[in-house]
Amino acid sequence: MFKNFKHEKIETNAGLLLVLTMLAVSIGGLVEIAPLFFLKSTMEDVEGVRPYTPLESRGRDIYIREGCYTCHSQMIRPFRDEQLRYGHYSLAAESKYDHPFQWGSKRTGPDLARVGGKYSNEWHVQHLIKPKSMVPESVMPNYQWLQENKLDVSDIEGRLRALRMTGVPYSANDEEYQRNVKQFGEAVAKTLHIPDALKNLVAQAQSGNFDGDRSSVSEMDAVVAYLQVLGTMVDFSKIKPEDLVKFR
Amino acid sequence: MSATSVAAVEQYDYEIIKKFSIMAIVWGVVGMSAGVFIASQLAWPWLNFDSPFLSFGRFRPVHTGAVIFGFGGSALFATSYYVVQRTCQTRLFAPGLATFTFWGWQAVIVLAALSYVSGFSQGREYAEMEWPIDLLVLFVWVAYGAVFIGTLMQRKQPHIYVANWFYLSFILVTALLHTFNNLAVPVDLFSMKSYSLFSGAQDAMTQWWYGHNAVGFFLTSAFLGMMYYFVPKHAGRPVYSYRLSIVHFWALSFMYMWVGTHHLHWTALPDWASTLGATFSIMLLLPSWGGMINGIMTLSGAWDKLRTDPIMRFMIVALSFYGMSTFEGPLMSLKDVNALSHYTDWTVGHVHSGALGWVAMIAFGSLYHMIPKLWNTQIFSVKLINAHFWLATIGTLLYITAMWISGISQGLMWRAFDDFGNLQYSFVESVAAMHPFYAMRAIGGMFFLTGMVLMAINIYMTVRRGMREADSAQARAAVAAV
Repeated sequence: MFKNFKHEKIETNAGLLLVLTMLAVSIGGLVEIAPLFFLKSTMEDVEGVRPYTPLESRGRDIYIREGCYTCHSQMIRPFRDEQLRYGHYSLAAESKYDHPFQWGSKRTGPDLARVGGKYSNEWHVQHLIKPKSMVPESVMPNYQWLQENKLDVSDIEGRLRALRMTGVPYSANDEEYQRNVKQFGEAVAKTLHIPDALKNLVAQAQSGNFDGDRSSVSEMDAVVAYLQVLGTMVDFSKIKPEDLVKFR
Repeated sequence: MSATSVAAVEQYDYEIIKKFSIMAIVWGVVGMSAGVFIASQLAWPWLNFDSPFLSFGRFRPVHTGAVIFGFGGSALFATSYYVVQRTCQTRLFAPGLATFTFWGWQAVIVLAALSYVSGFSQGREYAEMEWPIDLLVLFVWVAYGAVFIGTLMQRKQPHIYVANWFYLSFILVTALLHTFNNLAVPVDLFSMKSYSLFSGAQDAMTQWWYGHNAVGFFLTSAFLGMMYYFVPKHAGRPVYSYRLSIVHFWALSFMYMWVGTHHLHWTALPDWASTLGATFSIMLLLPSWGGMINGIMTLSGAWDKLRTDPIMRFMIVALSFYGMSTFEGPLMSLKDVNALSHYTDWTVGHVHSGALGWVAMIAFGSLYHMIPKLWNTQIFSVKLINAHFWLATIGTLLYITAMWISGISQGLMWRAFDDFGNLQYSFVESVAAMHPFYAMRAIGGMFFLTGMVLMAINIYMTVRRGMREADSAQARAAVAAV
């Protein structure tokens, strides 16, 4: 059938050129992307991974707003130096509720995938207000407005509802709440209940006292709450080495 | 003026091309200034001015958006409308839609920049635009596709010229990538905030399928379309090998779409996907170099032009950088090299050897060739083009050399161990060590930007001359009529 084929046929037929080009460019993406949604091994279930609380989630929004990913990655690779510097390599499951992912592509500053718990809240607040005061050689901009700005909580339920639509298990009704209790335990399930989102957000900011000022909830509260949870959800001391072979 | 060129001005729809060419230059100046600004911030952080609107994180997408979509995009609209009309010997299909693509596209660039500095971002590299702007992009792109394909359909030539194949694949793929990478759920209809439909590893895969193919089709295929028209035209020679261009086109279109995963080596993405990406990245060297050879050899028999014609020089140096970056790319996609280069400035340098050396230089050459023809006049100053050429070349070399040194040093410092098996350097030591190279990179950028400003002056004077000549020709005609 190809005996009499000449490329001229394609060059003289715009429709044919269009169809064949579309075919040529579609295969790669189909082969590489589609299986990721069907293969269970893409993201294994790992104990401890949970959706962000309302306050952490708002902190993540601000992380994205300020473009932190342009200088910080959140993806530790399985190398000895990264293990020593940052901790255990990142598992796929640890970003399963990240819409969008923030693995990043550049480390002008260090990786943040496991920054949670490494520094005190006070350190983070001071560092975000004026990085050079904590790390003199730093080239990071000052983010003093995070401390000055009150956190906008007006659409917190809307935000969680949008995330719920993408598949994050925030609960909108009692049935979903019960499902969460089963999956994450009661304490976590409570923080994922959308009707209580505002109450939970304020409560976490009050008890965590992330920015050192309990009188109001600032953007700093949210960002520090987010940074302090990064990489802390999975307890690696509970995971057996033979299980890790399965996790990526 | 010769009779044929006057006829050409009436035969083809040039108004829309003029508008896009001017905006390509405006966005070139704006976007490269933004680039010099953020490069300087990394060398001298006080330049963040403690302002949320000017901080590096928010301003970086302003730079990438203005140069890729503003400068690159406008240059592509301009040249594709020019090439498709001239090679099909017909006027644009649906000129009203074409005008919409102009205003729509400019609105996209302005709105995107304003939204970034105000803090609206999807947090996806090169796709930071939030959903309302994404929708506008989609409308503009559908209109663009309709104009381009419609014009191909009404061609007066039986054959579709090779440059148009490349432009066509760029239009199709950009539509595909843009649509799937920006699937998101908005908080509500009046909110600028949305959340990506995908998460984690799947989201990473989608984003880098988009990210790398934006480079592959927006910044490569489309500019190859430019190359396949303007290099032979300016050299006055036919394309070196017709067969090679067929192989170049099909192999590039097919293979490029597989390679995005090389941005995700050693991450939580399944290994098989990133291995596939590396494999295709290496194979991609062949069609890329085939295309480069095809472009450079088009000049055989006219090599002497390189000595006298700075426009030709722009085109040939662009092809050389194309060859260089498409060699460096496969190298960096090897997992062992990537283990060192990923997350470092080497990647940034690699992108810029492609963006400054290939994309910008082939666009400069093509615009210098095309703009005098649009206004039916001669270029104002060849000397200025020559100065631009040297500034651009030196700027690019400074930039990529600085990034090679800093990138490889970072990679080596991060993985260095002392005699006791501890990490030898703290992270911030690597930051401090980068300072001289960040300064050098900013200076390289300043060279490149200065060249761009010279181009803007040169083009302004050329357009002014063209308009004056048109006025006086009109006046003479009026007098003759009396």
